[in-house]
Amino acid sequence: MTVLTAPRATRDLLRQPVLVAAWVVVALAIGWALLPQLFTSFSPYTGDPTASFAPPSADHWFGTDRLGRDLYARCVYGARTTLTATLLAVVVAFGIGTVIGLVAGYFGRLWDNAIMRVVDVFLAIPSLLLAMVVVSVLGYSANNIALAVGISSIASFARVMRSEVLAVVGQDYVKAAYGAGAGRLAVLARHVVPNSLSSVIALAALEVGTAVLAVASLGFLGYGSPPPEPEWGLLVAEGRDYVAVHPWISILPGTALALVVIAAHRISTSLRKDPRR
Amino acid sequence: MLRYAALKTGRALFVVWAAFTLTFVLLFVLPANPEDLLFDPAELNTIPPEVREQVAANYGFDEPVLVQYFERLGRALAGDFGNSVQSGKPVTEAVLGVLPNTLLLSAGALALAALIAYGIALTATSTRRPWLRNLVESLPSAAVSVPVFLSGILLLQVFAFKLGWFPAFGSDGPASLVLPLVTLAVPVSGPIAQLLVRRFTAELESGYVTTSRAKGATREQIVTGDVFRNASLPALTITGITFGNLIAGSVITETVFAREGVGRLTQTAINTLDVPLVQGIVVLVAASFAFINLAVDLVYPLLDPRLRATLALEAR
Repeated sequence: MTVLTAPRATRDLLRQPVLVAAWVVVALAIGWALLPQLFTSFSPYTGDPTASFAPPSADHWFGTDRLGRDLYARCVYGARTTLTATLLAVVVAFGIGTVIGLVAGYFGRLWDNAIMRVVDVFLAIPSLLLAMVVVSVLGYSANNIALAVGISSIASFARVMRSEVLAVVGQDYVKAAYGAGAGRLAVLARHVVPNSLSSVIALAALEVGTAVLAVASLGFLGYGSPPPEPEWGLLVAEGRDYVAVHPWISILPGTALALVVIAAHRISTSLRKDPRR
Repeated sequence: MLRYAALKTGRALFVVWAAFTLTFVLLFVLPANPEDLLFDPAELNTIPPEVREQVAANYGFDEPVLVQYFERLGRALAGDFGNSVQSGKPVTEAVLGVLPNTLLLSAGALALAALIAYGIALTATSTRRPWLRNLVESLPSAAVSVPVFLSGILLLQVFAFKLGWFPAFGSDGPASLVLPLVTLAVPVSGPIAQLLVRRFTAELESGYVTTSRAKGATREQIVTGDVFRNASLPALTITGITFGNLIAGSVITETVFAREGVGRLTQTAINTLDVPLVQGIVVLVAASFAFINLAVDLVYPLLDPRLRATLALEAR
């Protein structure tokens, strides 16, 4: 069976060039984050002040900034800051949101009511605003941005998980498991959790793109690591003052960011359309 | 119906109260020394303890937390969120002063976003060319993926600096509104367009369309007469997402274009840790969200007879 499906999956993938391109973009971004030295020989921190504001060229693919630092190198190293924060944010939102949704959906009435009213409140505050408030309390840093973005999307994970759990709990096989004498916790672990996770995982895939955007937006507003650190949102913000004369400083890092988010969205929709779901 | 309305109203009021409490806990209780937030972090160590105590007493931080909470809650109910730390002006005044700017921007952006979304949905469902359909259908997800600050800067670069058609900054005159409006409309249009494309496709495949076609109605008649209304109603269900996009988008748009508004006020309030102002803004936003959602919840059954029937059944 697996022998047959593997080539078919490859063939399906090759029939969708956009999806292949999306995977390439995401893989490249992950490569940048994991092994930045492999992709550029320039340092992201030190530049040649005499070569400031060089336009894109064979030497400096994305040009250089005010301090003569290679912008491509800063983008490559920035991937680590931005993607680590994104990953942390999604893990926080997924982990906490799933547990909350599970408790609300499985333990029923009182728990459900109490938890969902709190979730309502978190949903009533737009996530960027909530993240800004949280980051102002925690202090400015890349990790706190990640935490803030994660916290601000817990509510949507909790809501999806809850509705999935409610749907699964009503299924016959769950009743059958009870009938066969399984305990509440055993049913929870064996049947409810595995069967409700798929939608939440699809949401997590979608959330990756959203979280990259949120992390970069907060970085752009200046709530991330302090300036010498490369971060995608901050790179765009740094170039903003020179956009009239040296537009590439903002636009190239911003475009790299946009491409990664578009690719992440494309991949997440392909996961959702998966018939096995 | 009355029970439904009462339940929804109760929930909306609860959300506003809880947003107040949440921000109170986050901003006034969790920080070990809330008065520290009132000073510039760089100068914090140079401030003598007497001054700190004086400031703490001024803001009521020396009283027990519960007393502070009820005092602030009581005053907030009367619309008083205290004074902004930075400007000394009452929070309500500061917010209301810039609110019209943001309302104008958001309303315009929402209208433009709706136009874009209908354009996408109608093109996608009426074209006979698959490549055009695919292209148009991929636009909404691109619209939500491009960071607002990037699209803002791109528009700025092309239309303000290269072509000089519109002013780059400021908030005077209708010309200065054009670029921010487009910037904000793009991400807002994405989810609406996605939903409309789905609904238009579903409606066009439904039985009543086939019947009308069989009876001789043209496709245009069906689309304008029936499909348009039936497909549009569900757009109300994503009001929450739209509202969130508008708020988040206006924070960034107003920053990029240096426009006066609630978004920019929020950003400065957070930057300067202007605690009362931050709380006032968050509660205002949560209240508007709750109110808009309540309005949608109450109006939706009036617009959709099917839902009215379900509600009537439940009430029995």
